Amino acid sequence: MSGNGKTKLVLGYGTCGIAAGATAVKEALEEELATGKYPAVLDIAGCMGFCYREPIVEFVETDGSSIVYGDLTPKKVPELLEAYFIEKKIVEDMVVCRSDDPSFGEGDFTENQHRIVLRHCGNINPESMDEYISTGGYEAARKALSYMTPEEVIDEVGKSGLRGRGGAGFPTGTKWGFARKAKGEEKYLICNADEGDPGAFMDRSVLEGDPHAVIEGMIIAGYAIGAKNGYIYCRAEYPLALDRLEKAIEDCHGKGFLGKSIFGTEWDFEIKIKKGAGAFVCGEETAMIASIEGKRGMPRPRPPFPANEGLWGKPTNINNVETLANIPWIVENGGEKYAEVGTEKSKGTKVFCLAGKVSRCGLAEVPMGYTLRQVIFDVGGGVLEGRDFKAVQMGGPSGGCLPDELLDTIVDYEAITATGAIMGSGGMIVADSTTCMVDLARYFLAFTQAESCGKCVPCRLGTKRMLEILTRICEGKGKPEDMENLETLAADIKDSSLCALGGTAPNPVLTTLKYFRNEYEDHILRGKCTAGVCPALITLYIDADTCTGCGACAKVCPVEAISGEKKEPHEIDPELCIRCKLCLSRCPEEAIYAE
Amino acid sequence: MGEKASTVKERYADAEDLGPLEEILEEYVGEKGSLIPLLQDVQDAYGYLDEGIMRALARGAGYQLSQVYGVATFYTQFRLEPIGEHLIKVCHGTACHVAGADLIDEEIANILKIRDGETTTDRKFTMETVMCVGACSLSPIMIVDSDTHGKLKPTSVRKVLKKYRGDSGEKE
Repeated sequence: MSGNGKTKLVLGYGTCGIAAGATAVKEALEEELATGKYPAVLDIAGCMGFCYREPIVEFVETDGSSIVYGDLTPKKVPELLEAYFIEKKIVEDMVVCRSDDPSFGEGDFTENQHRIVLRHCGNINPESMDEYISTGGYEAARKALSYMTPEEVIDEVGKSGLRGRGGAGFPTGTKWGFARKAKGEEKYLICNADEGDPGAFMDRSVLEGDPHAVIEGMIIAGYAIGAKNGYIYCRAEYPLALDRLEKAIEDCHGKGFLGKSIFGTEWDFEIKIKKGAGAFVCGEETAMIASIEGKRGMPRPRPPFPANEGLWGKPTNINNVETLANIPWIVENGGEKYAEVGTEKSKGTKVFCLAGKVSRCGLAEVPMGYTLRQVIFDVGGGVLEGRDFKAVQMGGPSGGCLPDELLDTIVDYEAITATGAIMGSGGMIVADSTTCMVDLARYFLAFTQAESCGKCVPCRLGTKRMLEILTRICEGKGKPEDMENLETLAADIKDSSLCALGGTAPNPVLTTLKYFRNEYEDHILRGKCTAGVCPALITLYIDADTCTGCGACAKVCPVEAISGEKKEPHEIDPELCIRCKLCLSRCPEEAIYAE
Repeated sequence: MGEKASTVKERYADAEDLGPLEEILEEYVGEKGSLIPLLQDVQDAYGYLDEGIMRALARGAGYQLSQVYGVATFYTQFRLEPIGEHLIKVCHGTACHVAGADLIDEEIANILKIRDGETTTDRKFTMETVMCVGACSLSPIMIVDSDTHGKLKPTSVRKVLKKYRGDSGEKE
């Protein structure tokens, strides 16, 4: 992995890295290397997973050993290079991990993972087709198209036990089988890259870090089901992923891996990119098809299933990004090998995005069968600032919130569904004592209510009514019967909605009612928000002993509710205060608190 | 990093000028299901979907105006009003929500007197809330034009906005 006997500096250059300032770091590195003082070359890669330490650069030696440095700034670049190359010293506080000593730094973050989907992410330059090929890339597609029948490919995927990683967990081999058997000459393959769950960025990271793996997966899938045309439906909010996909597709055409008679076989395959325009419901397959056809993205009843009547009325197979990124590995290593990883019914690995109040916010791939505790604590490093764990939210707006008693639940489709949450696409948001569970449920309902397409009444009006009740509770106007009303409404919406958006929308409310009922009771019966989040249920105070009378709070208060003499403790008038908490964030002494 | 501070006029075509629209229509002749990419390109060219432009697009591409309007109002990406010089997007993904995205909104409202979907009277800033931008490790986040500002505190909002304000004469 290194160039011309020189040390290779691999800069994390995904959206997370760039957002954290990787572009300025890149310029600083280029400037330093241009001096010729250091025997090193610069390369970029996608997200390594350590989003919480971005910007990141990995120093890879000719023998393959490496050391990862994080928290870079342009200013730190010259000293880091000098320490590494001239003084031969390790700048310890910047080290994220090192290959020769996994126990050093945060090596346990990667040590505790099992990387199949992310095997190239952060290791190769996603904009270089040659780097992908040098790791054995496109050999699986070549093998499938040259030496296997479509049925053999489907059989292999079936043996792997791979299930849809978009969240629903339908067996991929079976799904392909339906599309293969569907009558019709013209068939379509769609890659669902419309990652809409707030707090989930697995697919984005794969598309940015290893776009060729997804394309290779699509080539194999197209061949297996008999589709000569594929679409990638990707969110417009992911410009970098779109750029890298476009480049990868162009490079594939140049090499003869896409187009006519690919890999020198009789098979033709084309891929087109469709940019989503911002509608969460388009993650639902029939809505996505409508959107690709240029219409409002509204779902329709199934059957007919897309496998028989999909895009333009033709048989269509839709797979998620992560599902497709698994395919080349499965074809290369065999389905049985893949099935060695995981549990009885959930095979392989799952990529999770750790976010919220977790120490190591980032991207991690773990084998199925890991407990949630292992994912959050062993990989994720536990709760931020050592606070107490309260809940983990899985599966976004369709999922649920699980308390610490359920942390030993394993990552497995059936085990997670049994708790009331869902595996979902892979978002894992950790909540601590400062997160209000009623507010979190209201947040998700506000999301699904706004994203409901409006076609069916239970979802359109039902989510609206649920949101009204939740808003009322958060405003301190809840009634004792509200909890029961929420449960009744939730059951009806789940039963009668047309698509999964409505069918799963009540999940965040139901799971919080089930596991955090005391917080609802606090809001409704005792007029308290113990997390100190809901404005109507808290009062802000200034601690007279800590306040230095600097006046910063009074200056920022939009309603002039704070008064006090200079250098004397200030006071907040609860009658005037609108609980915007701006003063709380402004106070240098942390003298202001909510109760 | 980021765009050069160009004015809205330099960046987008005037809604009276149908030239850019015609060029875009030409690109999509004969392509089925192209209404969404058509509207995306038109919005890139004009900054928003003007009513007159939508009428001309419907005529030129053979759609009913109701179809065009139906699609334009279904997807959140499309906007029917022109935006200010700088677009502020405050992320309200789950990670940003639990990290206090509401407080960022409050501070922007406090400084610029605008809330979701609104534009300042001097047309310098438009503010909108967006769902997850997928950079959760930096929550809470706001994106101004194409620059991401992460790990925000309400107290840092003013400093960030100052960079884009120039001499716009807003309340300091």
